[in-house]
Amino acid sequence: MKKNLTPKERMAIERVKMPEQDPQRRIGNFEEVNQGLTEEQAIREAQRCLLCKSRPCIAGCPVRVRIPDFIAALAEGNLPEAARILLADNTLPAVCGRVCPQETQCEQVCVRGAKGAPVAVGYLERFVADWALAHPDKLPKEELPESTGKKVAIVGSGPAGLTMAGELARKGHGVTLFEALHDTGGVLRYGIPEFRLPKRIVDTEVARLQALGVEIECNVVVGKTVTLDELRQEFDAVFIGNGAGLPVMLNIEGENLKGVYSANEYLTRVNLMAAWRNDHPTPIIHGKRVAVIGGGNTAMDAVRTSKRLGADRSIIVYRRTEAEMPARLEEVHHAKEEGIEFILLAAPLEILGDENGWVKGLLCQRMQLGEPDASGRRRPVAIEGETFELEVDVVVNAIGTRANPLLTATAPDLRLNKWGNIETDENGATNLPGVFAGGDIVRGGATVILAMGDGKSAAVAIDSFLKQKN
Amino acid sequence: MFKVLQNDTLAPNVHRMVIHAPRIAKARKPGQFVIVHPEADGERIPLTIGDADPQAGTITLFIQAVGASTLKIVTTPAGGSLRDIAGPLGKPTEIEKWGRVACVGGGLGTAVLYPLAKALAEAGNEVTTIIGGRAKPYIILADELAAFSTDVLVATEDGSLGQQGFVTNVLKDLIDNPDTRPNAVFAIGPVPMMRAVAELTRPYGIKTIVSLNPIMIDGTGMCGGCRVKVGDETKFACVDGPEFDGHLVDFGLLMDRLSMYRDTEAKIMAELPEELRDKIIKVKR
Ligand SMILES: Cc1cc2nc3c(=O)[nH]c(=O)nc-3n(C[C@H](O)[C@H](O)[C@H](O)COP(=O)(O)OP(=O)(O)OC[C@H]3O[C@@H](n4cnc5c(N)ncnc54)[C@H](O)[C@@H]3O)c2cc1C
Ligand SMILES: Cc1cc2nc3c(=O)[nH]c(=O)nc-3n(C[C@H](O)[C@H](O)[C@H](O)COP(=O)(O)OP(=O)(O)OC[C@H]3O[C@@H](n4cnc5c(N)ncnc54)[C@H](O)[C@@H]3O)c2cc1C
Ligand code: SF4
Ligand code: FES
Repeated sequence: MKKNLTPKERMAIERVKMPEQDPQRRIGNFEEVNQGLTEEQAIREAQRCLLCKSRPCIAGCPVRVRIPDFIAALAEGNLPEAARILLADNTLPAVCGRVCPQETQCEQVCVRGAKGAPVAVGYLERFVADWALAHPDKLPKEELPESTGKKVAIVGSGPAGLTMAGELARKGHGVTLFEALHDTGGVLRYGIPEFRLPKRIVDTEVARLQALGVEIECNVVVGKTVTLDELRQEFDAVFIGNGAGLPVMLNIEGENLKGVYSANEYLTRVNLMAAWRNDHPTPIIHGKRVAVIGGGNTAMDAVRTSKRLGADRSIIVYRRTEAEMPARLEEVHHAKEEGIEFILLAAPLEILGDENGWVKGLLCQRMQLGEPDASGRRRPVAIEGETFELEVDVVVNAIGTRANPLLTATAPDLRLNKWGNIETDENGATNLPGVFAGGDIVRGGATVILAMGDGKSAAVAIDSFLKQKN
Repeated sequence: MFKVLQNDTLAPNVHRMVIHAPRIAKARKPGQFVIVHPEADGERIPLTIGDADPQAGTITLFIQAVGASTLKIVTTPAGGSLRDIAGPLGKPTEIEKWGRVACVGGGLGTAVLYPLAKALAEAGNEVTTIIGGRAKPYIILADELAAFSTDVLVATEDGSLGQQGFVTNVLKDLIDNPDTRPNAVFAIGPVPMMRAVAELTRPYGIKTIVSLNPIMIDGTGMCGGCRVKVGDETKFACVDGPEFDGHLVDFGLLMDRLSMYRDTEAKIMAELPEELRDKIIKVKR
């Protein structure tokens, strides 16, 4: 293959299509939908990149991955170099390549997108990351600096905590990661399903941290098992990355009927507790007709899960239109391919039950879009008198989550905003000396990459805090 | 891994297990519980912390084998270990000085009641304990409770020990006598029993605290699966409870939600080998 392509030759290449499991087949299993590019496909796609001088894609990436640099190495077939660049900027690229909303980040601003399709940055990131996971021997061996003797406690093993752990260990600090659940990964483990993010990837990333000397202690609920104060006494600094694990309830009639789940419960049963496996004791109601309320990634994950658990009809009920849906484009697209029905401009009014306390239907209100609200999206307003009923036996509430007060309620000195999120400065420092925070507990429900970005920048702040402490 | 140091059988299928869990032993207060995840592919099972020894770093659990997961836990011998134990979870009991209190335990509820009754006694309350079960072998912890109770009264359904009948009969007698009428009642046991106690005390306006046992997963307020209705409000029992005002609890809803997975549980039970199946108590709900 020719090495130095002209811009014209690059422009002539068409965007690669991700090999996918056939929709009919994949709704019968929990294996990954996207199968990943072949090396040949990846190199060809990499050659589409124009290696722009202005590099807008980098600015589009919340952690500023040097996108054209790793793509250039990949285009030359130099995978170790591509991996080295990528891993230096992003600690969890195999995760991000699968779950980042590229269409609103790097790919949205890609120069090639102005005329035709942007470079498939996400696919390429995933390809290089998967290659790196499969070829640890081809990567430069990590040399850890001498131990600084400083100890940092991290609360929560989601993307924010995992990133923080890696960054601090590489600076020679002692790191202990405390996790409330019996397994690591946060939303990556209990929220995002196997068919989108195989758990072996989370396992490998965690094992890599352990190889760096990170201590992981599961089953420690900070605020209950130990308090923030105790951690502050025992450690030189504390990072709080405990996520936004509190379901927002619908507060409508019928919410306590059997067959009504919060998305957190539904997905936790399936993902963390493996209810999808026949050989597993965790029970779950296998609805025949399932309504999922919401339009974000969580809603897409829940509705596609219900299909895989054997539902005949799996329905999204969302109060605005598809254009306002916060879910990743690819998830909506995959959901449609899988036969998910979308009922838009509809809001739940009441969950209807039968005489035995089981869900039998969902009463909905028809909506229309009115004036834009604070978020700039047009506000849904009820169309008076227009309601309709859906016959369903399972309802999953995926309207959102908020900060869980379990930890913060036991740390009265920690400053919170009015929604219960921890207040920090731009480096993640809270009002308490030596206590830092990041990810969803600071931002509210956001994204994996923003949580990682917080972990990364707060690690720099913690490192300088520890140096000053001497 | 959490090491099992001791495992005794107190009554048919009721075990007392002492487990090494130093962080929990240190932090725990009466009324709180743990979640036990016995093995990698297991369920997460909420269990009340019956007792704790912070010096030795141990907690004591009382467990009744009612299904596959509780059976898995009680068949872990001393020397064996349980994969995960998280806690202490839930709100501690609000121990107040009531004066005279009645602590009512039904079946295994007696074990759950034990730390609470002890704490009430230690706070200077005069504790009358009423324990019930279907027959004599199911009456547990009577001696342990007698160590700090003014009186331990027993009721069995078949009359093989104490008064024949239900704990509510005994409690009614206490209430009807002005010299023994309690200022507060703590009732822990099967849902129908707690409901019956709450109904009994309601007309007298006697404060009645019950401990709810809905199905749970995380125990940290993350999933909402444990929701119960108390007055007009939906509460998450794992973080807002497990103890609530018995006069406000919607017991019908609790019982109904507890039956959500009955089909799956029956299926799992049917797949167990016969000799194990016999080990499981058919619980009255
Ligand atoms: C179903 C679902 C799908 C999603 N899909 C996407 C997607 O496709 N792309 C995307 O970018 N984002 C997605 N998100 C959002 C993204 O997952 C989150 O923004 C991100 O995980 C936040 O990371 P975090 O580290 O702040 O917290 P989390 O991932 O929530 O992790 C927090 C961890 O802290 C633990 N913890 C909580 N309290 C305590 C305590 N008191 N003591 C100890 N540990 C504690 C929790 O158990 C958890 O493991 C999705 C979210 C959900 C729920
Ligand atoms: C806060 C709290 C504290 C508890 N403390 C104790 C304790 O100290 N000792 C103890 O033995 N048990 C206790 N329980 C009950 C215990 O958690 C259940 O018995 C257990 O979850 C049953 O699991 P299983 O798989 O063995 O049985 P399953 O096969 O799941 O169920 C067997 C039978 O028990 C019923 N059941 C299922 N879950 C519960 C439940 N949560 N409560 C009551 N019945 C249930 C089922 O409907 C079925 O009839 C407590 C529960 C809670 C919520
Ligand atoms: S904007 Fe697009 S074409 Fe330009 S360097 Fe970035 S990925 Fe390549
Ligand atoms: S058990 Fe999940 S919120 Fe209570």
